Amino acid sequence: MENIIQILVLLPIIGFILSLIIPKKQERQLAWNTILFISLHFITLCIFTFLWFQDGGKVINMKELTIFKSIGYEFYVDFYFDKIALTYLFLGAFISLLIAQYSRFYMHRETGYKRFFNTFMFFYLGYSIVVCAGNLETLFIGWEILGISSFLLIAFYRDRYLPVKNAVKVFSIYRIGDVGILLAMWLSHHLWHENISFMKLNNYEIVHEHLSQHSWVGVTISLMLLLSAMAKSAIFPFSSWLPRAMEGPTPSSAVFYGSLSVHIGAFLLLRTYHFWEHQTTMQLVVIVFGLITSVISTLTARVQSNIKSQIAYSSLAQIGLIFIEIALGLEELALVHIAGNAFLRTYQLLISPSTVTYKIREQFFNFIPRKKTLEDSWPKKIEYSLYIMSLKEWNLDNLQYKYLWNPVKNIGKKFNFLGSPVLMILAIVIFISGVILHFFEDKLPPNVIHNIPFIFALIGLLFVLKSFTERRNVFLSWWLVVFNHFWIALAISFNEHYTYTHNIWYLSGVVVGGISGYFILKKLQSKERKVALDQFYGYSYVHQKLGMAFLIACLILAGFPISPTFIGEDLVFSHIHEDQIFLAIAVSLSLIIDGLALIRIYSRVFLGPFIKTYDGIVKRNL
Amino acid sequence: MKENHSKFDLEHVIRELKHFLPAQAPLKDFIHHNTLHAFQQESFHLALNKATKIFGYKTYLTFQEYQKMYEESNISKQILEKIIIIKKGKENINFWLNHLLTVNELNFTSSRIGSIRDTWKDKFYFDIDVRVHPFLFRLLGSYLDQGIAIWNFPGDSKDFMKSVRDLERNSKISLFKSKRVKKLLLTPKLKVESLLEILVGDEDLYEHYIFDQQFAHPGWSGIVAVIEDNPHTLLDGKLISLIDLIKLECLFEIDALDNRFGDIWAPISSKIKNKPVHLFDKIKRTEKDELKEIWQEAFEWTYYDQVLFGIKNQFDKLQLVESKKENETLEAKKQKKFQAIFCIDDRECSIRRHIEKEVPTCETFGTAGHFNVEFYFQPENGKFYTKVCPAPVTPKFLIKEFENSKKKKKDFHYNKQSHSLIVGWFLTHTIGLWSGIRLAMSIFRPIKNASTSDASAHMDKNSSLTIENTDPTQISDGLQIGFSILEMTDRVEGLLKSIGLVKDFAPLVYAVGHGSTSVNNTHYAGYDCGACSGRPGSVNARVISSMANNTKVRAELEKRGISISNETQFIGALHDTSRDEMSYFDVKVLSKENYKLYLENKKSFIVALDNNSKERSRRFVSINSNNSSAKIHEQVKTRTVSLFEPRPELNHATNALSIVGRRNFTKGVFLDRRSFLNSFDYRVDPEGNYLLNILNAVAPVCGGINLEYYFSRVDNHNLGAGTKLPHNVMGLIGVANGIDGDLRTGLPKQMIEVHDPIRLLVIVEHFPEIVLKTIKRNPATYNWFEKDWVKLVACNPETNDFYEFKEGEFIPYHLVQKSIETLENFTDTFEKEIDNLPVFLINN
Repeated sequence: MENIIQILVLLPIIGFILSLIIPKKQERQLAWNTILFISLHFITLCIFTFLWFQDGGKVINMKELTIFKSIGYEFYVDFYFDKIALTYLFLGAFISLLIAQYSRFYMHRETGYKRFFNTFMFFYLGYSIVVCAGNLETLFIGWEILGISSFLLIAFYRDRYLPVKNAVKVFSIYRIGDVGILLAMWLSHHLWHENISFMKLNNYEIVHEHLSQHSWVGVTISLMLLLSAMAKSAIFPFSSWLPRAMEGPTPSSAVFYGSLSVHIGAFLLLRTYHFWEHQTTMQLVVIVFGLITSVISTLTARVQSNIKSQIAYSSLAQIGLIFIEIALGLEELALVHIAGNAFLRTYQLLISPSTVTYKIREQFFNFIPRKKTLEDSWPKKIEYSLYIMSLKEWNLDNLQYKYLWNPVKNIGKKFNFLGSPVLMILAIVIFISGVILHFFEDKLPPNVIHNIPFIFALIGLLFVLKSFTERRNVFLSWWLVVFNHFWIALAISFNEHYTYTHNIWYLSGVVVGGISGYFILKKLQSKERKVALDQFYGYSYVHQKLGMAFLIACLILAGFPISPTFIGEDLVFSHIHEDQIFLAIAVSLSLIIDGLALIRIYSRVFLGPFIKTYDGIVKRNL
Repeated sequence: MKENHSKFDLEHVIRELKHFLPAQAPLKDFIHHNTLHAFQQESFHLALNKATKIFGYKTYLTFQEYQKMYEESNISKQILEKIIIIKKGKENINFWLNHLLTVNELNFTSSRIGSIRDTWKDKFYFDIDVRVHPFLFRLLGSYLDQGIAIWNFPGDSKDFMKSVRDLERNSKISLFKSKRVKKLLLTPKLKVESLLEILVGDEDLYEHYIFDQQFAHPGWSGIVAVIEDNPHTLLDGKLISLIDLIKLECLFEIDALDNRFGDIWAPISSKIKNKPVHLFDKIKRTEKDELKEIWQEAFEWTYYDQVLFGIKNQFDKLQLVESKKENETLEAKKQKKFQAIFCIDDRECSIRRHIEKEVPTCETFGTAGHFNVEFYFQPENGKFYTKVCPAPVTPKFLIKEFENSKKKKKDFHYNKQSHSLIVGWFLTHTIGLWSGIRLAMSIFRPIKNASTSDASAHMDKNSSLTIENTDPTQISDGLQIGFSILEMTDRVEGLLKSIGLVKDFAPLVYAVGHGSTSVNNTHYAGYDCGACSGRPGSVNARVISSMANNTKVRAELEKRGISISNETQFIGALHDTSRDEMSYFDVKVLSKENYKLYLENKKSFIVALDNNSKERSRRFVSINSNNSSAKIHEQVKTRTVSLFEPRPELNHATNALSIVGRRNFTKGVFLDRRSFLNSFDYRVDPEGNYLLNILNAVAPVCGGINLEYYFSRVDNHNLGAGTKLPHNVMGLIGVANGIDGDLRTGLPKQMIEVHDPIRLLVIVEHFPEIVLKTIKRNPATYNWFEKDWVKLVACNPETNDFYEFKEGEFIPYHLVQKSIETLENFTDTFEKEIDNLPVFLINN
């Protein structure tokens, strides 16, 4: 019976691959393929659930397949099934099936019909993996897929500016969430000296035994998980991305940002609940953030004059409450709440264009001029102040720029000189001397060795910061990202049991992705002459295949789960010692900005309004 | 247009600005109009070139598209050569032909608009739009909102600027970051000029700057201008002015600049060395402009020539038949089973054909769908009046509905409470789960519900209307309730004479209005009857029938030479163009014999409607057109209530013709739902008096529809609304992409994708000299033809020769086409062909 869980993950994989193969013109097959596989998934789920309940409904954990193993380290795929997974799987299959059927007609004749169903299946795959995951590593595979498919769905209308800009924005927030999981994985690796499964994680005795000695580690792991959950579920202070994600076709907004994607953060909390249920700090933090989100989102929803952001914020208000319910241990209530909220918002979004008909009619027959609202009973000062704050979405969007991205950019700009050839040569010299130094590692005093990794990691971080802020030279920006990984590899090499095999795992994806990406850009340059980063060029308008190939190169380079670098990254973290917090932070920052820099290159070169305007100018605020 | 660039004159600039901004009303009042109405004083091609060079609009198809059509023979070689000869002479024909076939597309980057304001980005390295637009749009949207927000914009909606000041003054938190701007806002009598002085510096550049600024978001600026001039278009009235918007936008711009550069920054003029050309200075036409003109005309005349050839052929054939029949007595003519007056709308072109096929002894007519009655309509319990006549007309009459027995459906999914925290919590746990079932039902078994925009709900068919006015003092808000006998007679007489139906009345005369049912369709008003201000024509059809049945009116008509026998009864009906359903009004008044006839006809109508939906289905990929008509009809109906169907019908797509003449003039030609058909008999109107009225409506209404489709098709980004799939409803007044976008004007891609952008060809069956005299009587109407925004051809009804209207006169037109196919059975064609069909002859 347990093997059926594999099928639950396998089906979306097959469905996704088939959807890639079906030719673009075959609208009917593309849609049917999606519907078929989600239906099969749904049926399998029903059968499985039936058997599962007959079996007594016990929690299932199965270690599926070991991908990489060496002394003291094992990377394996693990599946887990309980009523949380059950609820999420049913919710996902039910809503996705309906929306796939909906989109079959709705998307007819739309440029990108195939792209839509590809991404849809890809998303569904990521969702199924996350929900069935039995350890953080497996979950992270799905997590990354969700991130990239969300990016692609938001930027579905890639020849316009706002969708692309907002897709990049959402991706950056997701990236913060990714690092939360990476750091949580790092810490838990050190805590248990293995890649721990959720089964064990949820075992109070094991956890309690370990945590009694390292209580700060426990709290930090929880907080990191919370960070990820908050980013994915748009909890305060990340809330402003949610309404901005509503750039794709209405059904995709409905299924992803109305229901499935936005409740994944809550899933992560539910999944790890038993790990942190005894940490009062963590519980309090969850409740506080949930509450702030609820209050702020309700107020913001009340002033929204456009239908989609009104729905987004009112959904968010409920998600805040869901977080509180989870923290209070009301698991079942939270699950019902999640399902109810998902259905309600999905349906509200789907009928949102009819709002005009409905409300104008209602107004025509029942109009009362200037109906009093709750707020009118408040003192004017408070009412007006709150109104402005809500209209400004509590400045959340600006704050992200002010405190997150602008500082990063400013630091990057300070290192503008890095672009100069002299310094690049110098950097290469330092790198080579670093490599040489590594051979004589034994001769160095231990305290030097202890600090060397951080220094190299820092140089790598500077590289990638520069890459992120480079405005002109796309090749420079690209190579800086590639080199960043070499710096990290070099840095970690100074930590003892790091072997060359690990480096090969880590760098093989980097090299393959790096070189192929370079040649793709070269090819584009030979065709279009101007390839730079100072604005959006939108080349996928005419070079769709190159764009696709480049995206894949980026994903390989960025350590997406199709690349050995994905495991390499985890390996790298496993070699960062518990006491090397700064190194861990530097490396994880590198990885965040890495991903951002790559998505930025991809977006600027291939997405956005096409610079050749013979099909009409596409204004940036359309 | 301004030629001398004197000192800055704000009022003048505002007037100009309003003239050029999109004039699209809020969604509920969406009516088609010429998107480039501002350029209408110029001749068509020059206007298009200007619009491109000044505002960056794309106004033609791309060369590639024309070349492709040429390869596929959709542009005829003969016609192309003919056009080249006309425009360029005979000598270099091969040179031009070769040039046309190889020329490459041009970029649009060099338009004049935006050139000054771009300096912020190019020289100050500051992206001002990104900082200013999102919040400005949100503030505007919140103020103008018609009922989405739960918490209304504070203040009394009497004055935008005052409300914003109030808000700022009474709030702890400022709208701005800069103290200076806050002070500026609160300055009494703040002038635009003083803000421009800070921002722009050089007075010569003010006008250009304001244009740049407002045309960075034509959607929002346009709606503000429309609401300023016509506040009644909003049910929840809001007063606002374009000047206020400009002031506020300038303040936000200064705020953004202060925030970026501190207090020290020089105005934009400091970095402008060479002043750009004035926006409206003369433009230079390039060779590529001329090439586009040639391609476009060749494209148009390829189709026009087919149509004219078809008409000529069928007419020759018809006259042959008629001369044979001459001996048959009047008796034969009297045997008309019924007469039916439809709207001029191009969607009625095919249903008339199907009805005539089903009942060969019937006679159909076309006229503007308000049936010559103009009034406001107030449904029972309605808090407002709805205008149901062409938009430019201001009626003096009100018709009220009472005894309405229909209940308005409710749906909690639209309820504001679902967005609140606490009630929302209860709802998600309870009704939230029900939404899942609703979701599934709406996808697998779509039915009419509260979300549907239902044409038949415009008026309850069992209600009563206040049509006759017996006491002129019955006045409500300055409107007379109902029409007096004389007023009724005028309208009935006008209608009947203009369509040439003055004798030989059949026992039943239908007046068929039309409307359209759809769901998830923000542009629903654009699907209803344009002559009824974007509402279904049901009330008008019912009103005119009731007037024509009135015995006192008949007596008056008798005096005016129209004699209608007592057996003849008028009956109002509504044709739902998306569902292909017909409903009938006041059947109770029919005599026994007529009721029997009515039942018989109803059956024929049902068959015709089935067949009509089959014809329409050839464009719908989701429906297999090989199925039986009845089955297809069911699928067509389901489509109109399906949330996931962005194309409930294709509306006016492919419209290209307007024919003003007797039905026999075109009855034997297959025009593929591409023609506005207006009945007119030159024998009833030798002087062209009724013709003038017809053309006064045809040019702006049909021409407006046609040009809106044209421009939305050629530049769907700027003159159209883009794909509707991601649209988001803003304040119930407009749509935008996402939450931060500008309002989208024009038509969404789904409405225009099958449309061939060609101008409307009006064909009038009357003597050219009369037509010329007639159109010259109204300068506004004449302008449409003179400046080539619609093409005009007159057909001499006696000789059957065509005359093309060109540069102020009619010149004989010589047909290029040599042969035409006759279609024996058009249902086969519907099953096979999905694209535009050529003109065929049909056998009746």
